[in-house]
Amino acid sequence: MSVFRDHELLWLMAGLATLLLVATATGQVLERVVVTAPARATVDNVNARVRAWWVMSLAFAVAVASGGIGSVFLFALISFLALREFVTLSPTSRADHAALVWSFFLVIPLQYVLVGVKWYGLFSIMIPVYGFLFVTARLVLAGETERFLARAAVIQWGLMACVYCVSYAPALLLLDVKGPAHVNAKLLFFLVVVVQLSDVFQYVWGKLAGRRPIAPAISPNKTWEGFVGGVGCAVLLGTSLWWATPFNPWQAALMALAIAVMGFVGGLVMSAIKRDRGVKDYGALIEGHGGVLDRVDSLLFAAPLFFHLTRFFF
Amino acid sequence: MISALLAAGARLVAGGTVRWAQLPADTRQRVFFANHTSHLDFILIWSSLPPRLRSKARPVAAGDYWERGPIRRYLAHRVFKAVLIERAGSAGDDDRGPEARGREAVARMVEGLGSDSSLIVFPEGTRGSGEHVAQFKSGLYYLCRERPDLELVPVRLENLNRVLPKGEVIPVPMISRISFGSPMGLVEGEPKEAFLERARRAVEELADS
Repeated sequence: MSVFRDHELLWLMAGLATLLLVATATGQVLERVVVTAPARATVDNVNARVRAWWVMSLAFAVAVASGGIGSVFLFALISFLALREFVTLSPTSRADHAALVWSFFLVIPLQYVLVGVKWYGLFSIMIPVYGFLFVTARLVLAGETERFLARAAVIQWGLMACVYCVSYAPALLLLDVKGPAHVNAKLLFFLVVVVQLSDVFQYVWGKLAGRRPIAPAISPNKTWEGFVGGVGCAVLLGTSLWWATPFNPWQAALMALAIAVMGFVGGLVMSAIKRDRGVKDYGALIEGHGGVLDRVDSLLFAAPLFFHLTRFFF
Repeated sequence: MISALLAAGARLVAGGTVRWAQLPADTRQRVFFANHTSHLDFILIWSSLPPRLRSKARPVAAGDYWERGPIRRYLAHRVFKAVLIERAGSAGDDDRGPEARGREAVARMVEGLGSDSSLIVFPEGTRGSGEHVAQFKSGLYYLCRERPDLELVPVRLENLNRVLPKGEVIPVPMISRISFGSPMGLVEGEPKEAFLERARRAVEELADS
């Protein structure tokens, strides 16, 4: 594994590990200091999140270190679990069974095989064009007309969000960009770290200074203070990582801004869907985080834009 | 080994939240009785049991289904160590009445329990739609009469009917919910119908609370 001899990647990993150590230590201190019940609940939740972060970071580090193939597998699994949660909460009908089976066991593997073999041309249109046609065709063959368009739309949206958009993250590995060694792996690292930490920053800023909600009807926890503080921190973080990317500091700052803003919108959209379905979290798969979909909602929107910006300009 | 792989696969496809009203502390003999909505029911209940209970839990399944074909036979006998019974309503190749078959089924279950095993049973007798729990067959009652020492644990499965509806072969991955209720037992002198209805309600009331 030549990536382990790449000092820049090692620095990035070390930085991530340091961050987690600091978070773990802070959590331990808070656990001793905090007394009131609601604050305790918050601290317990934060600590559960930090523990889950260790596991997720480790999986991500292994995936990045394995070069391309590990990341393709990791994100294929994420797509699978995300779509599973999405379908669970969607009002699907008995007649959708076949279309859903194909979505899980044909569309997901095929999309990630296309990433793996670096076939950009088909990767970028398979789900929007052929998936779109196929789902509608399979549903009409099932012969159930009740809520036909709504059912087709739900499956198509699930495939677009959970599979197509997520697959843009490992697709960074198929880009032909000039930059430092293993630049593709570093781009993936940049995207995932900026988008996830942007979530964390927004959460922390919102808890500390949140006053005015941005969209109270969708999520009372998303405030202007959290948004501005969180996105600002994410931009600083992205800028400070410019040396590991093909970007100069200014470009890195703008990329981080795009990632953070899209991530925010993604989180808001998924919140709206959850609210419509009357649930708070998408699942109970990751302790403290709700479901996989709660964790990757911001990535869904950020990955495609980051991919195309990088592909177009670099 | 094969059973562990199957359990992992079932959890990947249909695993979800597992809730216990009261987690068993010992390995006394129990009967877990659940609503039946899909072919994945048994393996999911089995895989959500704590390991020390799992190794002792045997499913009670329909012989007419599981004796068909070498793969099913292998899974039933070698992997799950199933207790195979003939359903009272099934078209057997003999002309015994349903009552005689029922007695035989209970005898098989008692034999299957032995001195340290537990059973997983689906007293509805067949797969339902998932929304309502159908009337229970009498086997559970006669089993309790034979073995009053057994602890009965109601189990409610939710969403599995969407994972693998009747008539489908390939499951659609979804998150399920498995709720284990508080243990119950046959009350001294309780009539059969009352007991079966009480057991059925115990399963029904475990739904999303």
